Amino acid sequence: MLTKRVIPCMDVAEGRVVKGVNFVNLRDAGDPIQLAQRYDEQKADEVIFLDITATSDKRATTVDLAARAAGELHLPYTVGGGFRTVEDIRTMIAAGADKVSVNSAAVADPSLITRASQAFGCQAIIVAIDAKRRADNPNKWEVYVAGGRKATGIDAVEWAVEAARRGAGEILLTSMDCDGSRDGFDCALTRAVARAVDIPVIASGGVGKLEHFAQGILEGEADAVLAASVFHFGELTVRQVKEYMAAQGIPVRL
Amino acid sequence: MIAVVDYRKGNLSSVQRGLQDAGLDARITDEAAAIARARAIVLPGVGSFADAAGSMEQLGQMEVLRQRIAAGVPFLGICLGMHLLFEGGSEHAAPGVPTPGLGVIPGTVDALPAADGAGRTYKIPHVGWNNVDQCVPGNPLFAGIADGEYFYFTHSYAAPPCSAAIATATHSVEFPCAVQVGEACFGVQFHPEKSSDAGAALLRNFAAIANRP
Repeated sequence: MLTKRVIPCMDVAEGRVVKGVNFVNLRDAGDPIQLAQRYDEQKADEVIFLDITATSDKRATTVDLAARAAGELHLPYTVGGGFRTVEDIRTMIAAGADKVSVNSAAVADPSLITRASQAFGCQAIIVAIDAKRRADNPNKWEVYVAGGRKATGIDAVEWAVEAARRGAGEILLTSMDCDGSRDGFDCALTRAVARAVDIPVIASGGVGKLEHFAQGILEGEADAVLAASVFHFGELTVRQVKEYMAAQGIPVRL
Repeated sequence: MIAVVDYRKGNLSSVQRGLQDAGLDARITDEAAAIARARAIVLPGVGSFADAAGSMEQLGQMEVLRQRIAAGVPFLGICLGMHLLFEGGSEHAAPGVPTPGLGVIPGTVDALPAADGAGRTYKIPHVGWNNVDQCVPGNPLFAGIADGEYFYFTHSYAAPPCSAAIATATHSVEFPCAVQVGEACFGVQFHPEKSSDAGAALLRNFAAIANRP
């Protein structure tokens, strides 16, 4: 039976992990490969490197990171952030990334999803969606771009359906309301998207404790759950999370 | 030398590294002559069936692969590399006219159905870690690997049921996820190079097969 995945996500700038990494017993907490290997030992199912490098001329270091990861990691990895063209994606896939995630550029030009999926296969293209609950309707969510700074007016569920139709292989869905809250995923949002699309959905944003991971699967109906700081600070290990999920009857790889 | 066949559709370094870690002198090559000389051959999976088959024909790899497999040279096809062992594939092909593959195993590789027999729906692509159920105990490719061990899958197309199957996995349907033809020709649907310790064990088993005197 296909298991539910647990995915640690690392923010990377100029090839180094940034923002809140204080991993116990790690010689160099800034090295994304070393951190990913530690997560592999804990039975992480895959990892995501999110490139938050501000300027495009410094993105070459992330390409180098992807190339190093291809040689040194024995689990799948995604690189996200900053892709504008099919050529940007081609460079990262050629360096060895298993998947890329696209966000703002796909909203600006949805044909990017179609073209990238045709070129590299749908399994290589994740569409990341940052969504925020509408103030005027708590059952609707709006897509934000540019790192959550810019509202688009687009409905998140409709956009997920469109992305899937255009050939996305997975949806990485982040609730902006919950991100950083440590109060758990927005399970209503996650469930709305998971039921609307026929491709896997990765829930993101808000986990603070073990129960939240199981809620993302059981209430949010997600296929995978993503977290960052709870893992980086060593508060929870991936193994602990998976053991908890297994105890709740969720199929996981242990 | 172990040839990792490059048909110019993507990065093969994780496959190469996985084989090297298993102790094999793995080299990435697109040259038919180098493939013909190799003591074992690995065909990785990148891109679509039609794309890969077309590129392999152009590079003169198809015929040499058929000859070497027929001659009993150890072979491992990974993901699409396993699909290419079959007669044909329907991905990006005209309806009813599958793109020809290596033709080592009869049958056509088709899209995984989105629902099972009971009408329950499944997410496609089939992505993540799934159990690999061994059909017969004691196959050398799975030596020391527990029946039902998890491996990493990512695919939307699957091989048809066939007598070559040595392991199966189940998503919307049960499908062959490892095949064997003759003594030493294998294919696996999952990615051993991305399957952590279990994958490394499988690649060491293939290395033992490739290093048989």
